[in-house]
Amino acid sequence: MKEKAKILDKEGVQRAFTRIAHEIIEKNSGIGELCLVGIRNRGVYIAQRIADCIGKTEGRKIPVGALDITLYRDDLALASGQPLVRKTEIDFDINNKILVLVDDVLYTGRTIRAALDALIDFGRPRTIQLAVLIDRGHRELPIRADFVGKNIPTSQKESVEVRLLESDGRDEVAIMEKD
Amino acid sequence: MSWVKKDLLGLEYLTKEEIELILDTADSFKEVSTREIKKVPALRGKTAVNLFYEPSTRTRVSFEVAAKRLSADVINIATETSSVRKGETLIDTGKNIQALKADMIIMRHNCSGAANMLARALDISVINAGDGWHEHPTQALLDMFTLKEKLGRIEGLNVTIVGDIAHSRVARSNIWGLTKLGANVTACAPEMLLPVAIEKMGVKTSSNIDEALKEADAVNVLRMQFERDEGAAFPQQLDYFKRFGITRERLAKAKKDIVVMHPGPINRGIEMSSDVADGANSVILDQVTNGIAVRMAVLFLVAQAREVKA
Amino acid sequence: MSILIKSGRVIDPANKIDAVLDILIEEDKISKVAKNIKAQADSIIDAADKIVAPGLIDMHVHLRQPGREDKETVATATAAATRGGVTTVLAMPNTNPAMDCLENAELLKKIIAKDARINVLICGTITKGRLGKELSAILELKKSGVCAISDDGCSVDSDELMFAALKEAKQAGVLTICHSEDKKISGNGVINLGFNSTRLGLRGISNESEYKRVARDIELAKKSGASVHIAHVSCRQSVEIIGKARKNGVKLTCETSPHYFSLTEDALLGYDTNMKMNPPLRSLEDLVAIKQGLKDGTIDTIASDHAPHTENEKDIEFERAEFGVVGLETELAVSITELINSKILDWSKLFEKFTSNPARILGIERGSLSQGGPADVAIVSGGKEWQVKKDELLSKSKNSAFLGRTLKGTVDYTICNGKIVYKR
Repeated sequence: MKEKAKILDKEGVQRAFTRIAHEIIEKNSGIGELCLVGIRNRGVYIAQRIADCIGKTEGRKIPVGALDITLYRDDLALASGQPLVRKTEIDFDINNKILVLVDDVLYTGRTIRAALDALIDFGRPRTIQLAVLIDRGHRELPIRADFVGKNIPTSQKESVEVRLLESDGRDEVAIMEKD
Repeated sequence: MSWVKKDLLGLEYLTKEEIELILDTADSFKEVSTREIKKVPALRGKTAVNLFYEPSTRTRVSFEVAAKRLSADVINIATETSSVRKGETLIDTGKNIQALKADMIIMRHNCSGAANMLARALDISVINAGDGWHEHPTQALLDMFTLKEKLGRIEGLNVTIVGDIAHSRVARSNIWGLTKLGANVTACAPEMLLPVAIEKMGVKTSSNIDEALKEADAVNVLRMQFERDEGAAFPQQLDYFKRFGITRERLAKAKKDIVVMHPGPINRGIEMSSDVADGANSVILDQVTNGIAVRMAVLFLVAQAREVKA
Repeated sequence: MSILIKSGRVIDPANKIDAVLDILIEEDKISKVAKNIKAQADSIIDAADKIVAPGLIDMHVHLRQPGREDKETVATATAAATRGGVTTVLAMPNTNPAMDCLENAELLKKIIAKDARINVLICGTITKGRLGKELSAILELKKSGVCAISDDGCSVDSDELMFAALKEAKQAGVLTICHSEDKKISGNGVINLGFNSTRLGLRGISNESEYKRVARDIELAKKSGASVHIAHVSCRQSVEIIGKARKNGVKLTCETSPHYFSLTEDALLGYDTNMKMNPPLRSLEDLVAIKQGLKDGTIDTIASDHAPHTENEKDIEFERAEFGVVGLETELAVSITELINSKILDWSKLFEKFTSNPARILGIERGSLSQGGPADVAIVSGGKEWQVKKDELLSKSKNSAFLGRTLKGTVDYTICNGKIVYKR
């Protein structure tokens, strides 16, 4: 794979997080019952960043959880190589909460389907909303995001790479294509 | 690192990395049992068959709980056979289970090597839940998981295994696993219960429990089975307790935080005194809890390996 | 009926011959061994680049008939023998009924007369029913043609009874073959005692259980003056004890089996029941000692200990599977593969172990290519490789320790009493 185009740079990524944070506060008229759950791995870092922005604005910390969806995937059999099972850490009660699920890229929607199944096993939030940094289209399930950092039309031959400080040493988003 | 083996037959056959993968995966699975809904759909539509030729409540139940928490269907077949051959052969039984389109067989058998033989004859996965005196890999894995949880590491730990080493599959699996992960293992038993050339497995031997406990970070106490028909060469119960039983007095001379393990079921007053079994150093019930996570990890990895292969 | 075998390398240890010669067989006798024989013959075999040796004599074979015809019969075992170049076997007496009286020996003789494709000699039992309690009718057995006695599978535990047996065997002029094993020591063992028995969690059989009984049997041989032959020697101490006793003039011979110098206890690591036999596969040290014993002559003969078992008895849990392997079809090839290239034995010495030595031990006029003698011949391609395949085994049972192995040395023709009984 080689890099075709840079979509967001460091500042672009940070602006997207800030905007999503404000949209979340606005849509839910405050942060009363709000909690964030990121999907492993990068969704967790993004959730934490957004939570930090919300915290700064509202002056109060909001709970952030981490969700591993490996055990809920519908493509375990098809997965090339073996997915590593990582920890799920949601150490707060999600019942009756406004839960914002966070991931890096929204593509077919299957990951979100798995995440919704997993969340239901943890309790019954009042509402679940979805925030993603990138929406690249090509949905295979009736799922849409409530908060989107950037919409990027892509072809299915391409892939979107989200790089974050925590996992990759820098913040940026790029489109990759096959050599 | 990914898991590629169809079966889990013993820790002798695994690499350090494979053992670590199971322990790491088990770490992720432990959380599932703390949920209100203790179930994930990972093995939905898979069928696991518990095939037990030896009575065993705790291992069978542990595997059953593990499989059910992964949403697999579980069928229990308990076949209490005597050592005399009668009826269907093991391989025929296995092939019948395979023909039912089950995905894995979890087998306990009183003959060493039975799981190896079954695995060779079948395409579906075989998980060894204890074969004769040979191996009991998931017990050793849960022992190691518990050790790691309590002491933070395996490498460099001094672990003493005490009891009937000669006739113990738990001992053999623990020795293979612990030595691969870099622990220093001492096998402690009356001389007659130390099998020939056991040192070649990478352990020290001792017949003095007080010596063997002195530097130990953990002691794994094996269940003694006095009903074994080994003739006069077997020690008497009371004599054994006097010489090898783990008591509060003995532990007082060991490291203060020594971890005391037992694969269960405990013979109180034979391998260890009640105050030790129920005392602060005992992690015996943690072992039972961890057994679920470890067995979930094993079932998941083995099922995945088959999928990847297919 | 005549056969002319042309230009083969004739190896006849009994007559100290190793040269390119022709052999003319007329009726059931060897009529001439010479260079460039000009003669008419019904069939001519071109043996150029092949070895022409006396037919092999295997003095340790379980034919299983009468009693266990599901495992093997006289017909199937002797067919298997022809594929291994074997023209004479000694049938072990642990049949049902056991060969402990005239009547039972006569029963087997009738089957042999009807079904055997090669020469079959009968070994009688030492004790009635091989129970180690009461002596068989040894003199009577001798009268029906039995040339040796053995309780193979068991050792006679009582020193007194064994001594009495040896005295009677001496009087009858029969050889006593000892299965030397002290069951009080070997107990319920299933493989060699050592690191492997420990790691596999299986009960072990110590060398001690063999060599202590070997020592006892030798002691009794010395005391009685009877001819004693130790069967299937598997461990280094036995080789040492036997070597010493022979130096001291005890009338003693012994055999080993191909698996004891080709396989070690490491073959058991996968719980393969085709590697389960008694005595068990031993350590590498023992294997080396067995080879040395063959080289220095302490071990006289190689015998297969052909022990057929059905799949039902082998394809089960290791501890419950029967002891024993088939070997008639592979014994020569395994021996060539293991002993020739490594220079443990030269060709002449190798065939000595299979022909003239067992003939001498059993006291039979076979195992040579002497003119006028019985025409038992094996024609062998010494360097030709072949793979042991289950489907190709002629034995009724397929429990070979060498399945899948590539071996050197094919038997191309086997001639028994002047008849071609096998052609590759």
